[in-house]
Amino acid sequence: MLSYLANPQRFMGFSAWAAPLFAVLAFVLFAVGLPWALFYSPADYQQGETVRIMYVHVPAAWWAMGVYAFMGGASFVGLVWRHVLADIAARAAAPVGAVFAGVCLVTGSLWGAPTWGTWWEWDGRLTSMLALFIIYLGYLALWSAVEDEEKAARLAAILCLVGLINLPIIKFSVDWWSTLHQPASIMRSGGSAIDPSMMGPLLTMAGAFLALFGALTLYNMRAAIFRRRVEAAELRGAGA
Amino acid sequence: MTFRRDLALMWGGGGVLAPLGFFLGATMLVPLAMGPERALLQSAGPPLVWIAAALAVLATLERLFQADLEDGSLEQTLLSRAPLEALVLAKGLALWCAVGLPLALAGAPAAIALQAPVERIGVIVVSLGLGMAAFIGVGLVGAAVTAGVKRGGVLIALIVLPFFAPPIIFGSAVAAGEQVGAALAILTGCALAALALGPIAAAAALRLQAE
Repeated sequence: MLSYLANPQRFMGFSAWAAPLFAVLAFVLFAVGLPWALFYSPADYQQGETVRIMYVHVPAAWWAMGVYAFMGGASFVGLVWRHVLADIAARAAAPVGAVFAGVCLVTGSLWGAPTWGTWWEWDGRLTSMLALFIIYLGYLALWSAVEDEEKAARLAAILCLVGLINLPIIKFSVDWWSTLHQPASIMRSGGSAIDPSMMGPLLTMAGAFLALFGALTLYNMRAAIFRRRVEAAELRGAGA
Repeated sequence: MTFRRDLALMWGGGGVLAPLGFFLGATMLVPLAMGPERALLQSAGPPLVWIAAALAVLATLERLFQADLEDGSLEQTLLSRAPLEALVLAKGLALWCAVGLPLALAGAPAAIALQAPVERIGVIVVSLGLGMAAFIGVGLVGAAVTAGVKRGGVLIALIVLPFFAPPIIFGSAVAAGEQVGAALAILTGCALAALALGPIAAAAALRLQAE
């Protein structure tokens, strides 16, 4: 599958229908998931209505990390096999991941104010998520600071791989420093601790975020490829 | 050889005094900003020594590889048979000797001035020395990926600062006197990991820069 799509021509053919498909899928999942999460799911017995923030916060947090892992994989492929599509994929995913990380931080803060009684606490999970957000910004800044696009891709890929070290720190921060942020309740040993009635909207929202990521990344990649083609055509025109 | 050349260049060019002066200046601003109350300084002052030291190291990173890239000595190094990783490590060690060690030693008067208990000064200096090594190991990567960027100072800071977090956390724990032994052990781990992995990533980036 991946090696089939490694050809830019075939990738353009595939993404021409896959990008809108993901966009429609994201729209449908949000159309189902948002009302389900915000109106038709039960309120929590402790958190009350504020639990609904979780349906945005948790998927954003998952995919902020998931997108970074995706970028790490793409960066590795770009560095080792020098494949231009992998470079483009990593770059295209970065702004989406940065926004997810930002959404995660903001919604977490909004949730923390009424439930924890504080907007922000310097605990391990919050701090390492903030670090991930800053790493995203640094990655984007490095990419735009280096003029030669191919060099920028390689250098940013090295930075991305170094930054991978932060992902396990985020994941296990709640176990290492048990301060304020609650430990994992879904992917943990001993099975999920979350009520099944909340699992449905949560997974729907997670699917919606993933489809949104797929659509935005594919559109970003197509835009980057079109731009490169235009630049190449201009160069040919100037040379003739 | 790189080690001795770089060390000589850093010592000779006044490269030692500038970060030291920066460090002391930043430390001086702390009591001016917080007010000179002893109790407040005692709890908040020593960790702030770490902030000042981290920023002082950061300021030295921008030019670390740029000069070598501009005058072509980086290409020369690539042609030699010595592995680039070892040469980058040598550069990092030279930076530690020229900037990291003096900063760690300057941390003693700075911490005393900020009302740290005198019996704790020894561990603070040791922890600063370890922390400097960790900062430099990470900083090598930041300096290498931005070597081709004009005025990359702010960019280096943005890239490197999130990776400064672990040494700062455990360094401040030492400065505040909490679980000193464990914190020192983790700091040593940070320093060794940064010095082992940093040169590999930095060398990969430098090979690209020279292309």
